[in-house]
Amino acid sequence: MPTGNTRSRRSSNNAREIDLISRTRRQYVLLDFPRSYPNCPVADSTIPSPVSLHDLRLGDALALLKHGGTVDSLVPPQESSIEYLQGVIDGLCELSLKDPLTGLANRRQFHTVLERGIEVVARSGESALLLMLDIDHFKKVNDTHGHQAGDQVLQAIAKCLEGCVRPMDTVARYGGEEFAVVLPNCQVSFGAAVAERIRRAVEALSISISPLVTLHVTVSMGGAYAPEWVRSTTTLWTERADLQLYRAKSEGRNRVCLDHQQVISVSAEEKNMLFGHLALGDPAWIEAVNGDSTHSAAQKVNP
Amino acid sequence: MSEIQPSSPENPKPSTLPVAPFGKVLAVTSGKGGVGKTFVSANLAAALAKRGQRVLVLDADLGLANLDVVLNLYPKITLHDVFTGKAKLEQAIIKAPGGFSVLLAGSGMVEYSRLTPEVRDDFLKIVSGLIPHYDVLLLDTGAGISDVVLFAVSLASEVLVVATPEPTSLTDAYATIKVLVGQQARKTVRLIVNQTARLGDGRAITAQLQQVLDRFVTPESGQGVKLLHLGDIPADPMVRQAVMRRQLLMQTMPGCPAGLAISQLATKVMDTVIPR
Repeated sequence: MPTGNTRSRRSSNNAREIDLISRTRRQYVLLDFPRSYPNCPVADSTIPSPVSLHDLRLGDALALLKHGGTVDSLVPPQESSIEYLQGVIDGLCELSLKDPLTGLANRRQFHTVLERGIEVVARSGESALLLMLDIDHFKKVNDTHGHQAGDQVLQAIAKCLEGCVRPMDTVARYGGEEFAVVLPNCQVSFGAAVAERIRRAVEALSISISPLVTLHVTVSMGGAYAPEWVRSTTTLWTERADLQLYRAKSEGRNRVCLDHQQVISVSAEEKNMLFGHLALGDPAWIEAVNGDSTHSAAQKVNP
Repeated sequence: MSEIQPSSPENPKPSTLPVAPFGKVLAVTSGKGGVGKTFVSANLAAALAKRGQRVLVLDADLGLANLDVVLNLYPKITLHDVFTGKAKLEQAIIKAPGGFSVLLAGSGMVEYSRLTPEVRDDFLKIVSGLIPHYDVLLLDTGAGISDVVLFAVSLASEVLVVATPEPTSLTDAYATIKVLVGQQARKTVRLIVNQTARLGDGRAITAQLQQVLDRFVTPESGQGVKLLHLGDIPADPMVRQAVMRRQLLMQTMPGCPAGLAISQLATKVMDTVIPR
């Protein structure tokens, strides 16, 4: 994935390459962590590329782009063949990261974002929240109103979710009627409020699937914070959020359950109780708490 | 779909506890680094070995191991080679000076500082492979409360938390215990207080921690965690000397105050901790 970045390191003296990279999508350039690109093979950019556009079979790629609606924004090949080709590649990358039905990030993109989130949390210690959502009784929608209505519901919810979060957050379609939201830099005290806002927004949504039929759906939501200052894994993170989603479902749906277990924090109140005596400078605190007369080994041997 | 389905083939079921803990596996952990966790592990192992126990210390600090430094052992074959399949488990087990066995993590384990399903499986396989051959398995975990540390601790039937009387160490020990109660539903945790200045420090600290735990960390079920005071190791210049010389205190100066404290600790471990 992060070839753009690797190229920028290898060929920093090559202005044309840099120019190209600056135009590639931002997520490639942002992956600024050595762990993210373990020795990907990269073509030596000092050798001029002799590839001509006529030698490439771009038919399938262009058909895909046309279907995705991005073919018109390409730079004409006669103007700059390299920019044209770059546009084709960028367009394909974008397609490969999107869910075709809802336009949200797909699972592939979701995992990249999660991995990046974990790196950021491990390095900066800021908390990141992962929410997993599942539409309640979605099968009923499909069974009663048909799959097309089901698709409309999915699209409406996708739009609603995107409207509920900040531009820096990622909304992804995780599976059938399951969505995921990754919220980097989301303070622990705000998590519940954000999740609740999303739940309410979906609940308030009127989805008209035909001129006469309007549907209302609800979602169940589970959330977990990435453990702070710990380099965790995406699997463990999603597992924990999933567990909470399961809880939300089994507790009656249309609700939010957040996992707080991994939030390792010791409150001021706890600290106060731990060392309250120390802070007061009371030298008698040890004797006061130590009621019995058990001696440590040292005192037994030391005269 | 009205019921939640497994989300993907690679994480079929959400689970918090990876496996049931094994008997006779003791985890030594601390939260904060530099409180003498590895020193305690190595010397406690030597003291237990002196009492006729077959002991193995496993360097469970996969990311930043330093048991090798404490023991002054730099073997060619390490846990890293076992993980990567270059060597068999028994080839990596070496005899430490104190009469116990060690399994050192070795360099190049940085890639295992993250708990992946593979690391989890490899680790589990190694620990279960070792169990039949020893009376006591000591897992010397890393500092912090990372996934790897929590996983290593989850394999142990007993947790020994090492702390010093310093507020920073106590806070981290407290945070560790809090997580262990929340994540692994631990009912008992044993505390070793290292570098104590005065008689009774350890007991007082244990009582203090217990009070805070009772107040803030009582699980919904009602039954809280019981913090048991396993023993103190007094501040002793001989410890520093042994560490600087990279010798085992229990070998070179077993009669110094810290050495005697560790002997007593070993007796208490045999009497109360190791299942018979």
